[in-house]
Amino acid sequence: MAQTPSPDNLVQSIDYTPPSTNWLDDTPPEFRPGNFSYPAKPGELESFFEYEGAKEWSPMDEDWQLPENWQEIIYEGFRERLHKYRSLKVFMDICVRCGACADKCHYFIGSGDPKNMPVLRAELLRSIYRKDFTTVGKILGRLNGGRGLTQDVLKEWFMYFYQCSECRRCSLFCPYGIDTAEVTMMARELMNLLGIQTNWIMGPVTNCFNVGNHLGIPPHTFKDIVDFMVDDIEDITGKRIEVPLNKKGADILFVVPSGDYFADPGTYTFMGYLMLFHELGLDYTLSTYAAEGGNFGLFTSHEAMKRLNAKIYAEAERLGVNWILGGECGHMWRVINQYMDTMNGPADFLSVPRSPITGTVFHNAKQTGMVHITEFTADLIKNNVLNLDPSRNDNKRVTYHDSCNPARAMGLLEEPRYVINNVCNHFYEMPEQTIREQTFCCGSGAGLNNDEFTEMRMRGGMPRANAVKHVHEKYGVNMLSCICAIDRAAFPPLMEYWVPEVDVTGVHELVANALVMRGEKERETDLRGEPLPGKED
Amino acid sequence: MNALYALIMVLALVIIPLLGAGALGWHVLFGVVLPYLAFTVFVLGFISKVVSWGRSAVPFKIPTTGGQQKSLPWIRQSRIDNPSSKFATVIRMILEILLFRSLFRNTRVRLFKDDTQLSYGSSKFLWLGALAFHVSFFVILARHMRFFTEPVPVVFSWLENLDGIMQVGVPVLFATEIVILLALAYLFLRRILVPQLRYISLPTDYFALFLLFAIVISGILMRYFIRADIMDIKVLTMGLIQFQPQIPESIGALFYTHLFLVCSLLVYFPWSKLMHLGGVFLSPTRNMPNDNRVRRHVNPWNYPVKLHTYEEWEDEYRDKLKEAGIPVEKE
Repeated sequence: MAQTPSPDNLVQSIDYTPPSTNWLDDTPPEFRPGNFSYPAKPGELESFFEYEGAKEWSPMDEDWQLPENWQEIIYEGFRERLHKYRSLKVFMDICVRCGACADKCHYFIGSGDPKNMPVLRAELLRSIYRKDFTTVGKILGRLNGGRGLTQDVLKEWFMYFYQCSECRRCSLFCPYGIDTAEVTMMARELMNLLGIQTNWIMGPVTNCFNVGNHLGIPPHTFKDIVDFMVDDIEDITGKRIEVPLNKKGADILFVVPSGDYFADPGTYTFMGYLMLFHELGLDYTLSTYAAEGGNFGLFTSHEAMKRLNAKIYAEAERLGVNWILGGECGHMWRVINQYMDTMNGPADFLSVPRSPITGTVFHNAKQTGMVHITEFTADLIKNNVLNLDPSRNDNKRVTYHDSCNPARAMGLLEEPRYVINNVCNHFYEMPEQTIREQTFCCGSGAGLNNDEFTEMRMRGGMPRANAVKHVHEKYGVNMLSCICAIDRAAFPPLMEYWVPEVDVTGVHELVANALVMRGEKERETDLRGEPLPGKED
Repeated sequence: MNALYALIMVLALVIIPLLGAGALGWHVLFGVVLPYLAFTVFVLGFISKVVSWGRSAVPFKIPTTGGQQKSLPWIRQSRIDNPSSKFATVIRMILEILLFRSLFRNTRVRLFKDDTQLSYGSSKFLWLGALAFHVSFFVILARHMRFFTEPVPVVFSWLENLDGIMQVGVPVLFATEIVILLALAYLFLRRILVPQLRYISLPTDYFALFLLFAIVISGILMRYFIRADIMDIKVLTMGLIQFQPQIPESIGALFYTHLFLVCSLLVYFPWSKLMHLGGVFLSPTRNMPNDNRVRRHVNPWNYPVKLHTYEEWEDEYRDKLKEAGIPVEKE
């Protein structure tokens, strides 16, 4: 494992001056510990993608042992995707290299590497497109910014398309809406064709397909975890609650990212959901088959995404539920909002979601039948059906991080803020250029949240952490809230590195702290077992 | 270096007509044959490019949302930046295409290393420069319509009067000529002076700028300095448009140079980044509403994939499920 430089040294190492060497063919990528993710295990490529001839390899190898006809494979794959995705074709053709995107990328801001400017990241692919798929490019070659497909180009792709978290911040600022996430997804699909893939993505994909969630938690262990949480909830509130699993005929199927039942602080958010539903008397069920809302398929290929996502509708149909409720997760909501119905719908067996508590009909989800938990909870609060005591969160000075996908692939901005403002008394926004649609990635999205990539994660997370530091210093913020499981996994180390005084929470952990349940005992602690304000001694 | 390649190419494009139409007197070639050819290439090239984009599928609805979604009725939606209807999407597109709304958001980041502070300042110069260039280019193009219409529609005369509203000089100086030169100079200088932009700029990026420079300068020269006979030029342009080409003898090499450079731009256009003119209309992150959860979008090539069905899964875990007390389909 690489030694991550100290925050001071990291900042001093950032140099926005580009190298003197030309990027086209004179600046090969330098793999060093800390700036790349480990390759996928051959067995997982074989079992999931039925990829033959997968090998053990390292990006640091001189020779990547590519198949003999690898260029042909890439060309063929490229041609196919240009035909299947207008986005790719248009984005390959129309960039004018105005540079508006350059300093919008968190990896560029944190590394200064010019190939992390979204424009140049896309040019890594575009240069091949221009050379081999355009008439002028074939004639003009290098003058037109074209280059041949060499092993060094492929190494560059691996380096920089796995230094992109598909956050779409650049796309917001692009005058043509060119979306680097789309380009990165295509490049990753192309690399897949050669078995070039990372372990941190392939592992979760395989687990999710075979077992039911990214972390490979089998159903009986899932049950154990839930029982454990139920015990904890009883300790804190004095209330024993039931958690339905795979219950047929329930009104609602509830799907969460598996991070929420795997590790702190996501587990507190999960406890928060369970307490809220119990208090409401909601007729819902969790599933141990569709036990994953997140979808690492999004980070590897459209086909993988579809294969994993299909479980949710299939399970909703089998259990006979009326609609689906989704937990706090970022990229999960990109998949649900922009892909699920197209890929695996229409889910005719579902009805238009209707809150059984308030009677509110969620017309905005009438086609997909799936509602976001903060939409659901915001509606509960608006209708005054929850007994909330926000002062129980008074020891927390909270800010809120918009996760990239709910912000820029959905526009879920006010719902979580409304919820937070009703369960906390001390809420402070980060600077406007770092929140809402302009939000910065945690630095670990799109399957990059692995240990070996820590240095780049600290770099990429710097803009977010810097904004947190700003409100920490200005308002004494000590709690960073978010609605994303990857955030909840990525932020604790990021905060530890940049702003150690700040802790991380999900929104429904805050909700559950403030939620006064009927017949509960007088609470002494919050969900983490830490004393409530006024109960410190 | 990249700028130098481009400069040489554009200089070559200036010399060709000076030699061909000027020294050698090939007026028919430069005044008739090449313009027809260039226009044909432009039209066919433009159409074929747009058709080729159009033939690619749009499998998913992937708008980039720039504001609050439409959800609960009491939450105020950002209708333009996160449109949920076709109409609002059209408004978003119009603002994008006519006013460069996304570029207007532009910010510039600065890192203060001493106390590790990032700051984000508003940065509107690129927006201003880009808008200035495109608007003046469009006005100049529209003004030129008087060479291709008889009688000249009143709207073009208005435009011309508006453009010359400063009432400076004889002939009256057009504001757009100054603006387009300044805008091109800005767009060029930032490519040269900003290190990141210099790094990403290709010869073709400079080529487009230099070619436009040359077109504007040759036009200005003709209007103010080496005066060309406008009536004769109109005989030629009207002849072209009516498919009865005529070559008035008095037309000089400067005009043919201007015309040849315009022809070069027409020929180059469909195969270059200048096609952003057409492409911006087809950008899937901008031209679709964010109504995915309300209206179904169909992927024309959606295909069945290999699944791990519940039945298979239960077969693998049945014993464990029963042991844990989780309901199963088959006992």
